[in-house]
Amino acid sequence: MSEVVPGELWARLRRTTPARIALGRIGNALPLGEVLDFQLAHARARDAVHAALDTAALEAALAPLPVLHVESDAPDRATYLRRPDLGRRLSDRSTALLAETGTRCDVCFVIGDGLSATGVQAGAARLLKACAAELGDLAIGPVVIARQARVALGDPIGEALGARVVVMIIGERPGLSVHDSLGIYLTFAPRPGRSDAERNCISNIHSAGGLSPEDAARTLGWLLREALRLQLSGVALKDDQTPALPAKDPSRA
Amino acid sequence: MPYTCDLGGERHGFADLKAVLAAASPLRSGDELAGLAASSATQRVAARWVLADLPLKTFLTEAVAPYESDEVTRLIIDSHDPAAFAPIAHLTVGGFRDWLLSEAADEAALAAIARGVTPEMAAAVSKLMRNQDLIAVAKKIRVVTAFRTTIGLPGRLSTRLQPNHPADDPRGIAAAVLDGLLHGVGDAVIGVNPATDSVPAATTLIRMLDELREAYAIPTQTCVLTHVTNALTIMERGAPVDLVFQSIAGSEAANAGFGIDLAVLREAHAAAQALGRGTVGRNAMYFETGQGSALSANAHHGVDQQTMEARAYAVARAFDPLLVNTVVGFIGPEYLYDGKQIVRAGLEDHFCGKLLGLPMGCDVCYTNHAEADQDDMDSLMTLLTVAGCSFLICVPGSDDVMLSYQSLSNHDALYLRHVMGLRPAPEFEAWLEAVGIAAPDGTLRALADGASPFVRQIAETMA
Repeated sequence: MSEVVPGELWARLRRTTPARIALGRIGNALPLGEVLDFQLAHARARDAVHAALDTAALEAALAPLPVLHVESDAPDRATYLRRPDLGRRLSDRSTALLAETGTRCDVCFVIGDGLSATGVQAGAARLLKACAAELGDLAIGPVVIARQARVALGDPIGEALGARVVVMIIGERPGLSVHDSLGIYLTFAPRPGRSDAERNCISNIHSAGGLSPEDAARTLGWLLREALRLQLSGVALKDDQTPALPAKDPSRA
Repeated sequence: MPYTCDLGGERHGFADLKAVLAAASPLRSGDELAGLAASSATQRVAARWVLADLPLKTFLTEAVAPYESDEVTRLIIDSHDPAAFAPIAHLTVGGFRDWLLSEAADEAALAAIARGVTPEMAAAVSKLMRNQDLIAVAKKIRVVTAFRTTIGLPGRLSTRLQPNHPADDPRGIAAAVLDGLLHGVGDAVIGVNPATDSVPAATTLIRMLDELREAYAIPTQTCVLTHVTNALTIMERGAPVDLVFQSIAGSEAANAGFGIDLAVLREAHAAAQALGRGTVGRNAMYFETGQGSALSANAHHGVDQQTMEARAYAVARAFDPLLVNTVVGFIGPEYLYDGKQIVRAGLEDHFCGKLLGLPMGCDVCYTNHAEADQDDMDSLMTLLTVAGCSFLICVPGSDDVMLSYQSLSNHDALYLRHVMGLRPAPEFEAWLEAVGIAAPDGTLRALADGASPFVRQIAETMA
């Protein structure tokens, strides 16, 4: 579109978003440079999907926090991608490990590789520490590092550790502009069988124009205290941090 | 075995209707994940022979999900129109396929039977149809809806402008809106997926989009795709909501997984209708669907994912939507493994939606963990446009920087309109010409050719 919009305006607009705006066109098509840039980003995202999480390095980054290592029932990446059901179940070894541990806590943090081990490697430790700093007065259990994990793997983990709330920090599906984004999923009274409507989600936590770890941690802190106060999570718990107007219908207040 | 077929001396048996439907479905990873796919390629064809001989009436007496415990089944059965069904009531599924492809099934005949077709009938017949059959029949069906633009007229292809931003920054979203408008995109809706499902954030975006639309008198509708319960709260607080959005699925339990039921959709539909913000029409709902959503919520009742997807369309048509689209490749490779499966599913969803009378569009898309790329999307968008798809979703440069997947680009809409001689909705087309973005022949103008006043006005606003 460079021929229809002044260059300096587009330069200013492009600073407001990581989206691929003002790409120009050749006839109706994208310029070749944009086509190849897109292909490179796609290749990098594909590589992030298939990368393995270095759990030892992550444990070192979390020090001095106590850490447990678990894995899902999906033995490898290829199975994980085609069998999300296995990624939601703990392996027998991990089930036994957590049964031995058996703590009780207010909050249990799980760090799962999800679909971007690259993102977890780069940002999960800092995000977790920011979250923990918001929750200093609560009893936080050991940090659980989970490989080949889906969001719902937090349910059996939280239940086994007697957590009132489980918080899953997980690598989000890589996009082209961002292949290292993290998401946070909060579930009150975790147990296998919880539906996604019973969770609250904070997504797009990354350094390329997404939510900062500190902002995400503040939102989590608010949601988590509301979840504990209301004894629930999910769609009934609105992320409504500004003062609400008086509701016309008290039943929905 | 109540359903059997003898092929070359071998007998193939199927325990029930669900098993026939599942085994007859073209191969896809979601049915394999659910343990429902045909056990062999031969068994798949055997199931299709069984299906071909099955009377359509069977689907009115044999529910794939229990009537007693599933409100979507109750909706399908209770809203079935026997008069609309009468012209096809004597047919088998195979006979229905032949009738759909015949000259007797013209635009008027297809419109007349829509309320007599159940989602299961649509899914069943689609399983007997090749891709070209799905295209040929969908092309004959016309579904026209309207709010501030008219969607689905002959010779038109509408687009949703999807200006998502990873942190919901209003300026970044406005920049992407401008990029889309300057490509002639946005006549179906300017629709933002918010990064955070928050009432205040959604309200901010709704007001921003409405102010932008008003400032430039853009004849289109806006939508922030927040949960329907948020939309209800936002409407109560008096914010300018055009379209109410919700993701929907094909069973009561799957909808519960989305945090909704038919009652809350009825409430939202009534609230949106009461606002009366449409100028050329009153269709005020926007729904998205996608194969695999019921299975992912473990709420599929042992039914194959394509049949469950068609059942979601029964939910949609109860609320006279302006727009419905399948987000076909979004859910991932565990449901649609590769480009071939995504292309097939996109054509099935478009056909089934249109047959049931819906203003069907598509988010032609894929994720980075699927075995697909831009070439597959080029194929699907071209096929869907040949099939008369009502609208397609476009994001700048195909890259959704919030949802982390690839949809079509604004450029793709230019390509499709050019190669197939299609134009945007008439109200929007007139605006594009009036503000100097497009020439009277529909091509985009160059800067020196008159677009600058609009752009300068935008630039001043955003400075």
